[in-house]
Amino acid sequence: MSSSLDARRLKEGYCLGIESTADDFAVGIVSFDGEILANVISAYSPEKGGIHPREAARHHANVAAKVIGEALERAGLKAKDLSIVAFAQGPGLGPCLRTGATAARALASYLKIPLVGVNHCIAHIEIGRKVCKVSDPVTLYVSGGNTIVTAFAGDRYRVFGETLDIAIGNCLDTFAREVGLTQKGGVPLGAMIENLAKKGKRFIPLPYTVKGMDLSFSGLLTRATQLFKDGGYRLEDLCFSLQEVAFSMLTEVTERAVAHTEKREVLLTGGVAANRRLQDMLRVMTEERGAEMYVVPKQYALDNGVMIAWTGILRYRYKGALSLSESGIRPKWRVDEVDVPWRRGERSDAS
Amino acid sequence: MLLKRGAEAELYLDTRYGRKVVVKKRVRKGYRIRELDEEIRSYRTSHEAVMMHKAKECGVPTPVIFLVDLVDKSIVMEYVGDVRLKDVLDSLPEEERRRILVEVGRMIGAMHSNGLIHGDLTTSNIILDEGRIYFIDFGLSEVSEELEKRGVDLHLMRRALESTHHLRSDEYFREVLLGYSEVVGEQETKRVLSKIEEIAKRGRYVSER
Repeated sequence: MSSSLDARRLKEGYCLGIESTADDFAVGIVSFDGEILANVISAYSPEKGGIHPREAARHHANVAAKVIGEALERAGLKAKDLSIVAFAQGPGLGPCLRTGATAARALASYLKIPLVGVNHCIAHIEIGRKVCKVSDPVTLYVSGGNTIVTAFAGDRYRVFGETLDIAIGNCLDTFAREVGLTQKGGVPLGAMIENLAKKGKRFIPLPYTVKGMDLSFSGLLTRATQLFKDGGYRLEDLCFSLQEVAFSMLTEVTERAVAHTEKREVLLTGGVAANRRLQDMLRVMTEERGAEMYVVPKQYALDNGVMIAWTGILRYRYKGALSLSESGIRPKWRVDEVDVPWRRGERSDAS
Repeated sequence: MLLKRGAEAELYLDTRYGRKVVVKKRVRKGYRIRELDEEIRSYRTSHEAVMMHKAKECGVPTPVIFLVDLVDKSIVMEYVGDVRLKDVLDSLPEEERRRILVEVGRMIGAMHSNGLIHGDLTTSNIILDEGRIYFIDFGLSEVSEELEKRGVDLHLMRRALESTHHLRSDEYFREVLLGYSEVVGEQETKRVLSKIEEIAKRGRYVSER
């Protein structure tokens, strides 16, 4: 481990990050001084239904070499120029994670350079902090697989709220599929709901479930689906009401975390961060509280390799490389289990 | 005078009926559409008053309620001081801290054995006044006999301890459980505890699921 913490390499060098926690296989390259050199994503899109982990993993394995090659080309680098390889070790879908880990291990051992494991959720926060120039936010991370409100407190990122069942993105996508929407022309299902919701006029009451700091979306999904199948409601009104209820819940829980931690910044990231209605709600909430709201730009809010590369650099500086035996995937890895030494020394209490 | 601006309500210190009172006003949230906002605020205001009364029936001290105003979405209640347990817990003498945490556990036990679920158990929602504890903020409370609900309630308490008093949260939670089991019994505490473990593991991405 001592050789891996070579001081020269920490100033100059490049980290290649591999992200493969779910349906995207993505590679990013970042220099040690923080310059983003490449951000290449290959998405697996199932013909129908949600993500099948095995099929997604097969896609990842097929495109891995090509995506890595393309990233190097965009960065104007050769493989031998790389200094470290980082990969998303978890949380995520087992088969998908395994494919990314295998590619990362192979690349690191072939180049004889250090391998670093990164927590996917932490990577979302860290790239958001970097590109939005935010120092100490309450982060709302909303995607197909994650719904989490987190902030740095004491010595790590603490969870101030999370879903007790399904993720918000999953709730919206599943509703979309249940009512017969299908993905076409590259428009995500979430965006289709958002567009329909804009034409909604009538609010239909749906279950609003906030339990202390935590949320539940399964009852909301079931009820909205049931009302659609019963008939008598416009789809536009259901989409509108679904969004209003779900996003009000998210905003409420985020506001609780802001009030509790007394932090002045809110960072919105993940695939659902692109939703304008959610952005608006958070903006109004933060304005009412005298806080600032930041939305991570789409290319860094969706799953990407840049966030893995950047967090890999942060982690490598303090923790050095992973040994091969530590490099197993961690599908259930929680943010609050992760040591974040690069933020050590910051006085930040959750009080 | 504004005492505190919470996440959903503003607390004002005022003088009415010749005494100090707290006015808890649920403020309009600009981010919510009006229908949803009205419904949530009205419901939580009247509901909170009912639940505070229910807590008293269980022997759990809560401020006396003088007025519930559903137009203004406010509750006028007794002022019991503004010392939150959260602010003083870590600095209390060990013995006093232990006594209070055990008492907190007893009170939670008293609520649970009477089918009352607080719904937002944190050390910010417990007021300390001359050694006496008051539970406040019953906006998310409910009546339920379900083991699941009791589990979630205590799970939230543990999570709140972890996020606010992270250095000694395990010890604190043990003290709370001590008081809890005095009231509900060891058997029942064990059942709730195993439920808590189950709930904690249900959260997404927990290792060893």
